[in-house]
Amino acid sequence: MFPELNNLLNTTPDKAEQGTLTLLCDSKTDGSFLVHHFLSFYLKANCKVCFVALIQSFSHYNIVGQKLGVNLTMARERGQLVFLEGLKSAVDVFFRAQEKPHPLQFLREANAGNLKPLFEFVREALKPVDSGEAGWTYPVLLVDDLSVLLSLGLGAVAVLDFIHYCRVTVCWELKGNIVVLVHDSGDVEDEENDILLNGLSHQSHLILRAEGLATGFCRDVHGQLRILWRRPSQSTSQRDQSLTYQYKIQDRSVSFFAKGMSPAVL
Amino acid sequence: MAAVATCGGDAGSVGSAVATASKSNVTSFQRRGPRASGTNDSSPRLVSITGTRPSVRNGQLLVSTGLPALDQLLGGGLAVGTVLLIEEDKYNIYSSLLFKYFLAEGIVSGHTLLVASANEDPANILQELPAPLLDDNCKKEFDEDVYNHKTPESNIKMKIAWRYQLLPKMEIRPVSSSRFGHYYDTSKRIPQELIEASKWHGFFLPEKISSTLKVEPCSLTYGYIKLLQFIQNIIYEEGFDGSNPQKKQKNILRIGIQNLGSPLWGDDICCTENGDSSHSLTKFLYVLRGLLRTSLSACIITMPTHLIQNKAVIAHVTNLSDIVVGLESFIGSERETNPLYKDYHGLIHIRQIPRLNNLVCDESDVKDLGFKLKRKLFTIERLHLPPDLSDTVSRSSKQDLAESAKRLGPGCGMMAGGKKHLDF
Repeated sequence: MFPELNNLLNTTPDKAEQGTLTLLCDSKTDGSFLVHHFLSFYLKANCKVCFVALIQSFSHYNIVGQKLGVNLTMARERGQLVFLEGLKSAVDVFFRAQEKPHPLQFLREANAGNLKPLFEFVREALKPVDSGEAGWTYPVLLVDDLSVLLSLGLGAVAVLDFIHYCRVTVCWELKGNIVVLVHDSGDVEDEENDILLNGLSHQSHLILRAEGLATGFCRDVHGQLRILWRRPSQSTSQRDQSLTYQYKIQDRSVSFFAKGMSPAVL
Repeated sequence: MAAVATCGGDAGSVGSAVATASKSNVTSFQRRGPRASGTNDSSPRLVSITGTRPSVRNGQLLVSTGLPALDQLLGGGLAVGTVLLIEEDKYNIYSSLLFKYFLAEGIVSGHTLLVASANEDPANILQELPAPLLDDNCKKEFDEDVYNHKTPESNIKMKIAWRYQLLPKMEIRPVSSSRFGHYYDTSKRIPQELIEASKWHGFFLPEKISSTLKVEPCSLTYGYIKLLQFIQNIIYEEGFDGSNPQKKQKNILRIGIQNLGSPLWGDDICCTENGDSSHSLTKFLYVLRGLLRTSLSACIITMPTHLIQNKAVIAHVTNLSDIVVGLESFIGSERETNPLYKDYHGLIHIRQIPRLNNLVCDESDVKDLGFKLKRKLFTIERLHLPPDLSDTVSRSSKQDLAESAKRLGPGCGMMAGGKKHLDF
């Protein structure tokens, strides 16, 4: 996790909020550093994490996690981390007929399927173990990323249903958190992606939006991060608080600064 | 005389390097490539495969794309286990050239090739590969040497560097070099012996299309299903995924897929906007990447993205690939005769570079890159406009300058994009 981002979000692994949906969004840039941040954050907070990694392999997250101070292999071995590796499972489900429904069953289906098997997988992974000796604080579901599900043929409604089911189970029943990443296509006309993004924006408590700079590519400032706190359940008379920072990604951390205050410029 | 002798020395060292099943030029300071042999070995063994080298940044195993200029822009090369997607130029001239460079590099490095095409027989594609330039000076000297051997004074040739005479004479045959990244001569064809010595598999879609469909209908087009099964078969049988432990020497599988997404593959994304098989291509890419990540292989795909009707599909395809390079040639456009672009044959856009095992990636600062194809060299360099040396700066040339400056202006890669062009 990045200590500077923790300061900006006003959280620490010890006193993080529960029952929230965090939406990570990136537009014209790569927002995967936020996924690495939240993964290491929740592992350090001693939560039980179910990570649906659809876009990269396990070793990628492991190596970056080691730079951020968490060991994913060990977390997986002791049961703290349940990792669904999308790429490897896709090969399994595509080439071999499965007896029981596989979480990525929709890859074999001809028309737009639903994500029920994936939800069953998540529910199974995060259900509280009755033995009680593990002692994880609360469950967390992390999805990287949801736009891949759209490009694989699922409809936006199916993905929104899946998130809804997960929210009921993880956020409301088990008092856990959900963090998802969605790509914003920007000026490309992608209706399904817009529906998904708008739908999730209305449901989330915290939106982190990584954008490119309006002036184009810069070597020292990699992008701009917009943080928006929302309270979807409360009345809308309270104004949502929003902050904007610019960031630069380094090898082991990300440094944030106010707009125009990059150390390279000053 | 001395020049011939030194060349003999050089050739001797090259020969002995080849003779000892050349290890790639790795140093002892190297982390294990994390993608190599994902299933077994927890011990940090040096993975020494010909034609590969570890990345400077994160120890990732890299192979050359066949173009040293492109290797440099991609941060050293193409990582094993990833997909290089080339967005074709309009008439598929330079993209097929990059495709051939990739395959030729595989032959020269001794990798196994898998060539898939729907419109051209893979055997023909291999015949048309460019010839590698291997120690050009040496070849010329060797021609002289062979000629001199016919004369009886060959024994008294070396008077000064006589030690070199003791080295075994190498005959002139194209040897596989252990260098990383080679240069190719596009005017010559690759020697037949190299093709025959290499191992390759071809997938020509019209040949495979007659057999019956064995898998239940899922929304992939038939051509894609057959290609995935073919690739998976080769990977499994030849042990690229570590499944055959008795394979003594590891090798890389280079996969080349030509014109993916064109109607010849049975896909209609280039014909209609919302066709039946609109997600066929993305599913194919996803499963292909899954196969690549779990095996020692690297893939190049050329795709006619300028024909794809639905622009959202291009965004999906970009997100599902690792490296995306776009080519834009000036042939047929008004820029061909534009004096501003007279030094170049086209523009090359590096649209996406992956961040593998890392938070950062090796992105070059230069976003405006032009390429030029010379006979022996494919150069990629920063696009610079030629100086305006005309006596009277005419209005039309100023307009051209402004037009091309606007074209180059935002200069955004995948790192950060601008919403609007800021006029100066």
